[in-house]
Amino acid sequence: MWKRDEAVKPNTPAGTGPEPAPSAGVPPAAQAVRTSPATANDPQRGVERSAVNIGKSVVIKGELNGSEDLTIEGQVEGKIELRQNVLTIGPNGRIKAQIFAKAVIILGEVTGNVTATEKVDIRDNGSVDGDIAAPRVAIAEGAHFRGSIDMQRTGGKPGEKPGDHKAEAKSAQSGQPAGAAAAQPTGQPAGTPAGASR
Amino acid sequence: MLSDLLKWGGKRPDSSDSAEAVVAPPHGDEPIVASKAFPKLLAALASQDSPVLLDFGPVIGTNVGFFGERLGCKLYIEDLLVDLDRHTRAGTLDVLPATFESRFRHGDASVDGVLCWDFFDFLDKAAAQVLARQIVRMLRPGGAVMAFFCTSGVPRASYTKYEIVDDTHLRHKYHAGTGGARRALLNRDIIKMFDGLIVSDSFLLKNNTRENLLRRR
Repeated sequence: MWKRDEAVKPNTPAGTGPEPAPSAGVPPAAQAVRTSPATANDPQRGVERSAVNIGKSVVIKGELNGSEDLTIEGQVEGKIELRQNVLTIGPNGRIKAQIFAKAVIILGEVTGNVTATEKVDIRDNGSVDGDIAAPRVAIAEGAHFRGSIDMQRTGGKPGEKPGDHKAEAKSAQSGQPAGAAAAQPTGQPAGTPAGASR
Repeated sequence: MLSDLLKWGGKRPDSSDSAEAVVAPPHGDEPIVASKAFPKLLAALASQDSPVLLDFGPVIGTNVGFFGERLGCKLYIEDLLVDLDRHTRAGTLDVLPATFESRFRHGDASVDGVLCWDFFDFLDKAAAQVLARQIVRMLRPGGAVMAFFCTSGVPRASYTKYEIVDDTHLRHKYHAGTGGARRALLNRDIIKMFDGLIVSDSFLLKNNTRENLLRRR
């Protein structure tokens, strides 16, 4: 009796609609799943789109291009390019590649340069050996990083404005004496400016 | 039993001989210490266009955001504590000077600032001299080096990492590691070691740390 109820109930939360049945030809290691429209780390909140998982047992050598969000739990060597999408390197992901994406979330290991037009987020136990170029970089306590971080060079379109703070810094560097960032170190009282910038 | 009695009545161990046991305080309880040299370093960096900054400490997210977003720095993380720890554990500290000779990929006069923190305290004379020479080589004219030096050579059983709280304050956080003996360098030794730089600012803090800012003319 209980078993019959469970079988009838859908697994997806209310409102997202029934999940499409996986096609027979797609292996469980690399399958497309429909994401919830409002996940915590989703920059395209409210837009329903698909995400692809590359499973633990998958090894890819070569160039990986796409226009979908991608989660990698396996190994990739070469180049990954998802210019308009979010790339997540899962805790089991081992990447030896150059990465270009809109946003990169790293929980596994990456060896190679990472370029993002929005954000690079190295989570706890994530590891990066390489250079990062992104307007915003977040590194959690416990993450490993060796390389350089360039928050000026967006790696994307030249006209893009990555953030207010960068604009402040740029105006300060352009030699204007009234630039906020240039004036802060010597004259500002403790506490206010840095707190505001974070 | 006799040994117990002798120990009880014997000479107490000198505090300077034993490593300072540092227990990691709960998150958020680490001391916040006012820094005198740090605002000077920020002023030096702010005067440069897209400054290149070298950080010898472990990566800290808030520091990355501070230097990247506030000052537009290009930040190079060269976590030398990892090297030091590895060689300390392996008992190969004698190869550290050679490691420093070849470790840095930066060209001559290509760096605007160097954050040494208290790393020099843990180095022997040979390693410290090689590292200082590399810093002088990499530093651009007008560039600045911030380094902290202890005043007494009390060994440490761990390291400290420095998180930026604001323009004038640093949070001294526990950083796990082997630690080891610390050398209290004399001011004249520091000046000699960084031949080619001038000590532009030197502050003795209440916690007996010397904060030095060295500049290249």
